[in-house]
Amino acid sequence: MSQEITPEATSRRNFLKRFGITLGAASTVSGLGLLSACTNDDEMVSLLTTDGKTVQVPKSQMKIDLKKMEARGREGLPGKKFVMVIDLAKCRNARKCMAACQGAHHLKPEQHHINVLRMENDKRTGFYFQPKPCMHCDNPPCTKVCPVDATFKRQDGIVLIDNERCIGCRFCIAACPYSARVFNWSEPKYVEGDDDRVYDIELNVPQKKGTITKCLFSADRLRIGKLPYCVSACENGVYWFGDANEDAVTNGTSKETTRLSTLLEENAGYTLMPELGTKPSVYYLPPKDRLFKYNYDAETDDWMKLHDKEAEAKS
Amino acid sequence: MSEIIKQNDEKIMTKITKDLTHHLTTRPLGFKLWIGFLLTFIAVAIWAYGIQFEKGLGVTGMRDYVSWGLYIASFVFFVAVALVGMLISATVGLLKQKWIVPVSRVAEMIALAFVLMAGVIIVVDMGRPDRLLNVFIYGRFQSPIIWDITVVQVYILISFLLLFLPMLPDLAIIRNHMKGDLPKWQWKMYNILSLGWVGTPQQYKILHSTVRVLLILIVPVALGIHTVTSWLSAMTLRAGWDSTIFGPYYVTGAFVAGAGAVAVALYFIRRFYHLEEYITDYHFDKLGQLMVLVALVYLYFNLNEFWVPGFKMKTADAKHLHTLFSLHGEYGVMFYLTQMFGLILPIIFGLFRRFRKPFPMMIIGIALVVGAWFKRVIIIIPTLIHAYLPIQNVPESFHEYDPTGIEITITLGVIAVAVLIVSLLAKFFPVLPIWEIAEEKGVDIERDL
Repeated sequence: MSQEITPEATSRRNFLKRFGITLGAASTVSGLGLLSACTNDDEMVSLLTTDGKTVQVPKSQMKIDLKKMEARGREGLPGKKFVMVIDLAKCRNARKCMAACQGAHHLKPEQHHINVLRMENDKRTGFYFQPKPCMHCDNPPCTKVCPVDATFKRQDGIVLIDNERCIGCRFCIAACPYSARVFNWSEPKYVEGDDDRVYDIELNVPQKKGTITKCLFSADRLRIGKLPYCVSACENGVYWFGDANEDAVTNGTSKETTRLSTLLEENAGYTLMPELGTKPSVYYLPPKDRLFKYNYDAETDDWMKLHDKEAEAKS
Repeated sequence: MSEIIKQNDEKIMTKITKDLTHHLTTRPLGFKLWIGFLLTFIAVAIWAYGIQFEKGLGVTGMRDYVSWGLYIASFVFFVAVALVGMLISATVGLLKQKWIVPVSRVAEMIALAFVLMAGVIIVVDMGRPDRLLNVFIYGRFQSPIIWDITVVQVYILISFLLLFLPMLPDLAIIRNHMKGDLPKWQWKMYNILSLGWVGTPQQYKILHSTVRVLLILIVPVALGIHTVTSWLSAMTLRAGWDSTIFGPYYVTGAFVAGAGAVAVALYFIRRFYHLEEYITDYHFDKLGQLMVLVALVYLYFNLNEFWVPGFKMKTADAKHLHTLFSLHGEYGVMFYLTQMFGLILPIIFGLFRRFRKPFPMMIIGIALVVGAWFKRVIIIIPTLIHAYLPIQNVPESFHEYDPTGIEITITLGVIAVAVLIVSLLAKFFPVLPIWEIAEEKGVDIERDL
């Protein structure tokens, strides 16, 4: 089938060539990169043209330019200012976000772009679970110290890492007060097809030995108008994600959209360690009205035990 | 009358030259064994680095939380010891202290060797050493690392010049008087390196003014390298590093380490090259006084660094201080031993004249240098062990820092290279300035040559 390239198809290809790889097409391609493992040179891939039609093009004709990918990845999406709101009252430590994230970014089990932490601020206030992605600070301490501009903040507020440029000095790890950065200390996790993949700066895949990796707010998904991997994976309605310029955030579970300012105001939203002046883009709603009970056993001075017992009793 | 003076001058000059250049002509077995020992060590370290290069930094004990370890601690140590060049030659030299004449060249040799190794160990610490050039291609001046690289390079240049330029008259003396005593290649080396020095009054004038300019220049540059090195830590938001006195804290600490290193080097040079006549108790006494002075200043900064946050006990600071000051803290024992042997005891002993003799000063010097290395470990690592947010969902090894054998081997290997460079420089070049010592003894050197 692939041998019979019709003149029509060729002209379509020329059409595509003439216009270059348009934004929409390119994001389709990067999306298709996920499927690259099961394609071979002669397979046809679907492409979206500028006028909204889908065309079939042999995969061998597709060329993804690393430089162009990096350039647009560094620029970001104009007019946007991405924010995340994490409702701590809803989190029950299901860790679907962590799993989705690790799968998407080809991370090892100990590598967390997002990490759900069990927080215990004070003995008498009970514990809660706090998902912790990168805060995508407006005043990021990490990008300030990078000697080679490998990590940087884009116009849409996302802090990315270019693992084609990173020299592995780990100054950014030292600088980040949120411990949001992860290093590839040895050969990264290999996912089939990683070899042929062109590096996508917005997905940070394939991972590279000796370089930093970090939460990217799923910049690749945002480019095609989708919610981040972690946000979509959550079953408990913990995550709201959206654009501060539009003052709108969408819940990843219920898909309900609401005003960011109202959500933060009515629920007393806050940021982590505001005193450090980092100006995070990730907001938290306090862990009130939690979906599970917590108990403090003064005798054993223990939280978890009772909680575990309760869980046992329920099951 | 002047004829007699001239003859007398020549006699003194011949003796000085003979004494101070004798070590250039000999190759004792001990020296060969020492170099062989260092080379073996270095070879093993290169092999270890090969493994690290191949497998990545995962072969070290560093992980996501303690992401800087022995390498960065040693980097700070190397920069610290390298500062001695500035301390002795510039700070004390510009104050016209005569006792530094036989000390300053040794200090410069140590400075050059250690600052070079500071550059090497930074590359060893890089996750992607193959991308070293990125620093120059994409370097952005907002990053303290780029400040550090810039100022370290300038310091290497000035240290080299401060070692090399004042050596020119000595090299010319060797070239003129020792052709028969040296292997051909060695004489040729001095011949080339002496750059055709004749010793005219004008040449001396230029040399004096050049060295003076360099001595003044090296003061801000040396303060610069160690202040910027301290900023690599102090510019972050971490408890334990987030300190405004880190610059002077590092600089004074460096003086202590440097004074110790010079005492050790002087002792062995004096002993093996039989220079007891030139490096006397007087010099060790003065060096000891200087050591006590800088150590007292360092003690004062230590007090500020720990007592001020210790009084307030902010959450994160308290955690950090607990690791250091509690014997149950991860670094408690190391902290007390280091402060005791690397600072307190040397000050106490240094106060007594009888300990400011060559042998005790050598022992104190070793304590200071070893203590300085451990102090850098204490400054760099405990801060990283405690993040602001809890460390969870990671393997046990992420919670602490256990340097691996490979890491320790590489670190010791780089230290061995520094020692090797100092040993070779001290062996193949006049380790005391012949012309300055002659001048001190009243010889009109401009005429002699």
